[in-house]
Amino acid sequence: MKVERPPPPTPRPEGGGDGGSPPIGGSMQLARPALSPGGEAVRGRPGSGARPWIWAASLGVYAFLYLPLAVVVLFSFNDSVLNAEWVGFTTRWYDRLLHDEDMLRAAANSLLIALVSSSTATVLGAMAGIAMHRYRPRLLPFLALTPVAMPEILLGVSLLLFFRQVLDLTLGLTSILIAHVTFSIGFVAVIVRSRLAGMDESIFEAARDLGATPWATFRRITLPLILPALAAGFLMAFTLSIDDFVITFFVAGVGVVTLPLQIYSMIKVTVTPEVNAVSTLLMLLTLSVVVAAARFAPDALKARE
Amino acid sequence: MIRKLNPGNLARWAVTLPPSLFLVVFFLLPALIVVAASLREPGEFGGLAPLFVGGAFTHALTLDSYRFFFGDTIYLEIFVKSFFIALLTTLICIALAYPLAWLIARSPKRRRDLLVLLVILPFASNLLIRVYAWILLLGPLNLLYTPVAVVAGMVYVHLPFMVLPLYTNLEKHDPALLEAAQDLGAGTWTRFWRVTFPLSLPGIFSGSALVFIPVLGMFAIPELLGGTGDLMIGNLIKEQFLDNRDWPFGATLSLLLTVAVLLCAGLAVLAAKKSFKGTEAVT
Repeated sequence: MKVERPPPPTPRPEGGGDGGSPPIGGSMQLARPALSPGGEAVRGRPGSGARPWIWAASLGVYAFLYLPLAVVVLFSFNDSVLNAEWVGFTTRWYDRLLHDEDMLRAAANSLLIALVSSSTATVLGAMAGIAMHRYRPRLLPFLALTPVAMPEILLGVSLLLFFRQVLDLTLGLTSILIAHVTFSIGFVAVIVRSRLAGMDESIFEAARDLGATPWATFRRITLPLILPALAAGFLMAFTLSIDDFVITFFVAGVGVVTLPLQIYSMIKVTVTPEVNAVSTLLMLLTLSVVVAAARFAPDALKARE
Repeated sequence: MIRKLNPGNLARWAVTLPPSLFLVVFFLLPALIVVAASLREPGEFGGLAPLFVGGAFTHALTLDSYRFFFGDTIYLEIFVKSFFIALLTTLICIALAYPLAWLIARSPKRRRDLLVLLVILPFASNLLIRVYAWILLLGPLNLLYTPVAVVAGMVYVHLPFMVLPLYTNLEKHDPALLEAAQDLGAGTWTRFWRVTFPLSLPGIFSGSALVFIPVLGMFAIPELLGGTGDLMIGNLIKEQFLDNRDWPFGATLSLLLTVAVLLCAGLAVLAAKKSFKGTEAVT
């Protein structure tokens, strides 16, 4: 465990111009000369192969990620009203779910909102992605990506203020739809743009040279090429919409209840096993959608950053 | 008016205009309305005193909401506490994410995608479900409605945001650097602190921004897992808009949160750039 810090054997050639971070510069200066002769294979590659404690720590983190959700799933089959100990296997919470009018209405609302908002966001987001890739507009990336990066509550309250004070709109389906499209556009745009960035520009030039109109180029070349990105973007927007709680909470008003809002009001009051059941089903749904999205565009998930 | 309506220009406007217009109306304008609203008086029946009457901007503006905020230390205290919780969450996330990101980055290519997917999957489930899971877990332990529960929930919900950028960064490190360090006699610990860690700073900074900023504005987790003393900025804002109906004060709080977020984001970008400058010489 002792940390020895030998002084760099070679003085730093540059006069410490930016005064950046000495330890980095120092150690790198140390490492560099050794690289040039080091073309041959080096013994005991220190970077490869993980140490046991790293494996143990990582397994611990994975357990931390999955254990809580596993408990929810497990208790959704527990034949007891209390979420305390395992009594026996049952599916009655799922049965009850299927006969819960409020829950079914909330689920229908969520599905409708998710379908309409993600379709709209896919069209607008694809346009934004293409525009950002091809024309490098200055304002659009800011407009599309800021709603993704800022705390959701800020978008929620600003839309609430806007709908009520400026548009004097009664909160409900319309306000929820608009809000969901607003925060989904950026995700679709990023996915489409990264797909376009990975493509060979000469295809488009060839089409132009052969006399294709921009519309023909788009329909016959761009569109088929970005189709997987559109599918991934649509699925991403769909899960974002069906999962959204914070923004919906502010713009939903009193009339329309979505699934997350319904879950929220349930867990605020009491914890019933029915929540476990609906959570399990919702998890299954988003899980399959995310896995599908990962199929269409493997990089789409990383694009969330 | 329109310069030249050739097909190329038309295509450009056809893809740029619709999303821009939509976002100007439903993102930029509402954001500006928040600024205006923070300078208003509360309306008679909640909300704001009307902003526009007959199309004209009416009523005098007031700094009352800002005076109110700075007039009572309780609000500043909640801001400071929220910062502290966000900072603590970020640090715990770094500690948990580092070994995992390191392991993923060092795994064979085929296994890497699976390990990344395993990090993302729980993150794809609903926020409320993930919070609810902690209600189930912490209830029997008598930890529910404590600051511990709030931080645990925050870390749980935001951990993937730290793992992914850190992994992306660690994956790019050239193993030759570590080999060189070893050849020069550096032990495991020295190699980590003097090679891997400094090189990973850009990843740590971008991950920190992705964790710190959403935590700062979170209201669901303190509300569901915390006690009455664990309120954060987000709860304060929610209260003004939905319970007290003092919208101007709510708008003021949102604006102050925005300023805080912008400062943090700016700091993170600066720090990442600076650390990147330090590392780009070698990568």
